[in-house]
Amino acid sequence: MSKPREKTKDSISIAITGSGGAGVMTAGNLLLEVAAQAGWYGLMVRSSGPQIRGGEAAALLRFSHAPVECLDDRFDVLIGIDWQNIHRFADEIPLDASSVMLGDPDQGEPPEVFSARGASYVPLAFKQMAKALPGSWPNMIALGLAAGLAGLPADSVKAVLQKSLKKGGGEKMAANLAAAEAGYAAASSVPAMARLAGQAAHKAGKDARWLITGNQAAGFGAVRGGVRFCAAYPITPATEVLEWLAPALPKVGGTLVQAEDELASVNMIVGASYGGVPALTATAGPGLSLMTEAIGLAVAAEVPIVVVDVMRGGPSTGIPAKSEQSDVSIALYGLHGDAPRLVVAPNSIADCVSATQWAVHLAEALQSPAIVLSDQYFGQTRAVVDPPADIGLVGDRLKANAGAEGYKRYAITDSGISPMAVPGTPGTAYTADGLEHNERGLPSSQSGDHIRQLDKRAKKLAQFDYGERWAELEGEGELAVVTFGSCTGAAREALARAAAEGIKARLVSLRLLSPVQPERLAKALAGAKRVLVVEQNHTGQLYRYLRAEYDLPGEVRSFRHPGPLPMRPDEIHQQITEWSRS
Amino acid sequence: MNTVAAAAPLTAQAFKSDYKPIWCPGCGDYSVLSSFTKAFAKLNLRPENVAVVSGIGCSSRIPAYTNCYGFHGVHGRSLAAAAGLKLARPDLTVVVASGDGDGYSIGGNHFLHACRRNVDLTYVVMDNHVYGMTKGQPSPTTEPDWDSKLSPGGTGLRTFNPLVIALAAGANFVARAFAGDPNGTAEIIAEAMRTPGFSFVEILSPCVTFRPEQREWKQMVRPAPVTPTEDAARAARRLMSDDGMNIGVLFKGDRKPYQPPIGKGKKHPSDLEAEFAL
Ligand SMILES: Cc1ncc(C[n+]2csc(CCOP(=O)(O)OP(=O)(O)O)c2C)c(N)n1
Ligand code: SF4
Ligand SMILES: [Mg+2]
Repeated sequence: MSKPREKTKDSISIAITGSGGAGVMTAGNLLLEVAAQAGWYGLMVRSSGPQIRGGEAAALLRFSHAPVECLDDRFDVLIGIDWQNIHRFADEIPLDASSVMLGDPDQGEPPEVFSARGASYVPLAFKQMAKALPGSWPNMIALGLAAGLAGLPADSVKAVLQKSLKKGGGEKMAANLAAAEAGYAAASSVPAMARLAGQAAHKAGKDARWLITGNQAAGFGAVRGGVRFCAAYPITPATEVLEWLAPALPKVGGTLVQAEDELASVNMIVGASYGGVPALTATAGPGLSLMTEAIGLAVAAEVPIVVVDVMRGGPSTGIPAKSEQSDVSIALYGLHGDAPRLVVAPNSIADCVSATQWAVHLAEALQSPAIVLSDQYFGQTRAVVDPPADIGLVGDRLKANAGAEGYKRYAITDSGISPMAVPGTPGTAYTADGLEHNERGLPSSQSGDHIRQLDKRAKKLAQFDYGERWAELEGEGELAVVTFGSCTGAAREALARAAAEGIKARLVSLRLLSPVQPERLAKALAGAKRVLVVEQNHTGQLYRYLRAEYDLPGEVRSFRHPGPLPMRPDEIHQQITEWSRS
Repeated sequence: MNTVAAAAPLTAQAFKSDYKPIWCPGCGDYSVLSSFTKAFAKLNLRPENVAVVSGIGCSSRIPAYTNCYGFHGVHGRSLAAAAGLKLARPDLTVVVASGDGDGYSIGGNHFLHACRRNVDLTYVVMDNHVYGMTKGQPSPTTEPDWDSKLSPGGTGLRTFNPLVIALAAGANFVARAFAGDPNGTAEIIAEAMRTPGFSFVEILSPCVTFRPEQREWKQMVRPAPVTPTEDAARAARRLMSDDGMNIGVLFKGDRKPYQPPIGKGKKHPSDLEAEFAL
């Protein structure tokens, strides 16, 4: 083997591409499983063309011995099983002079956009290699090759393939194992790459790492939080939350129903929750737009519900299968009337579990709708993560006792929270109403009742003690990066790079976007002279919200760009260093 | 069932709340309210075990006028909210109240799918061929030549036949009632509630304010000259050729209600973690 260009690296990034049917996603998923088996951390982002089936696909992987939360700025390796329309991924797969491209010469040369970046090219006849091993597939050659290049142990490749090909039967397994071995061996003909710094760590038992997508994580968090009813209408990229819940809910005594549209799904969960069963649905921007009227009903009638919004490119149908943090404004403002609501954003794939669980807890405790702002990046990325601990918070609403004397459903209380009667309870029947009402729940258009109920609904959210979970606070320094959601991983990495250069900065990743936490944020930003607000959308929706709702210290700047390109560590790092030096 | 239930059957009056309706004097919906409470008493129910769910409209104001659990949601979505409630709480008796605008126009899609889904609900539509609450606009059941500010000279559109549509979409019980006969209507509602699955009762309920001519309905309605059938095609044929004034139960099927199990699975959420653990 020739000498590595660098000895070690903190992470290795590999992209596998090909047209539909080439088995790109299968190879990518297996590669991630190989890494997990070897005791590595890693993740795989899926990217595909607009075709339903058969379009170009890219599996974007990154590995490390430390938890991986975002893609790197560049890729070390690009493996093209074929190059059909792969030029469309040019922006998503940044290469440079130290990157290596591998492709089958029978499929033509790598697209010009990639070669132009100075990456070296190593031809490798995948198809012929696979043909020589009857019953094997070229993507298994690519899998072995990628594993070999990454420095993953051959044993792990074997173990994962044996497990996953068990169903295919002996011959198929043998052929594809041989293909992966051939690919693995071929890696040695490629100029050697840097090895991963640090040590692999195997965890077992309750510490065993999880392999999970953000959409599965949100579904699981919902169940942990006590959700037992879900109404579903499919939409990219949220469908997998619903598809995970469909078989999971019955196991824990719940149920899922497919609705005719989002108007139905959201009203169904309001109905179920009115009946006392914690309820949730998941959707994306177009569905959230349709749901806003009923979310407002949940505000007015004080019915707890949770809506997971897996954000995608907007407006309108936008870019369905790609990520963008552009539903911040609709989540924060998109209801008519003065309608306080909870908006919670997970800040990692694993946090999709805890943040959703927390959202269920908050919704139930506060008898309020909660919107969970996830996104396509979290939702459809599969990652090796440390098992997210159960935060121990379940939905537990304040219920009225049977026969409560002079029961008033919307009684004014110190906390703003009033006992909610569950249908079936004698002596406390009331009508839940979206019409403004008095304390008993009877419709009222009088100014006094309106103000009292508006105050009540605002107060219960504003007064609640959200504890430490409202944000993730890291580091210190006069410069603060304020961000949320899937930009958090890139921001964290940018700060680490800056720290290595001696630039101190702090990170504030907001988990609770609504209601506002002015005192907490003021404390978190005390002494900051520069505040950089980072988000992935076109208009700076978070920046505008923060400017409107908070007194931010010092100079405040917005750094943003829309999807589908992810926010990369280097972009944020540059902002930090340039601003710190100016 | 509640222990008190066995002890003392309640009167219809016991299902009425002390809240005064906002309806115009003479509105057909008053009678429908009394038919609701009579049916609940007839079925020996307890108010706490009944939920009355509605959308928006004059007719949809009914829940708070009963002593039952009520849900007054948004315009057109009562069937969705009611399905969510019933699926989550199959132990409750769920009755849905709607109007011709709420149920057939803005809520039309939910109507189709509620019939199809066949959840055990009783759906009562107070049809006055007008949007009463918004002060007199044509609804899907309004005659094509009915003049209004919004549609001068009439809409020119053919009317919607809710009963035939319910049959085509799979409703398990279809009946027409007339608000002017509260006892007969109570009988029909009770029968609908007794029948498992999705039961649809269309009630001709005059809007005396915007459709004063509907006072004539009293002279126009008649008991359906046929016995209820279990053959949906036959029922549909009858309904397509009648004049909309035949009152009674028109169709009764035996489709199994849709009710996925709830409360059966006994696993703990942590049992699901194995799926993710390496
Ligand atoms: C989303 C929405 N659109 C429009 C309205 C206004 N609106 C209130 S009631 C109603 C029509 C009600 O007609 P119908 O269901 O026939 O009830 P009726 O008053 O005749 O009993 C309309 C259009 C509304 N409340 N919400
Ligand atoms: S407007 Fe018509 S439907 Fe509404 S309350 Fe008055 S009479 Fe009844
Ligand atoms: Mg009407």
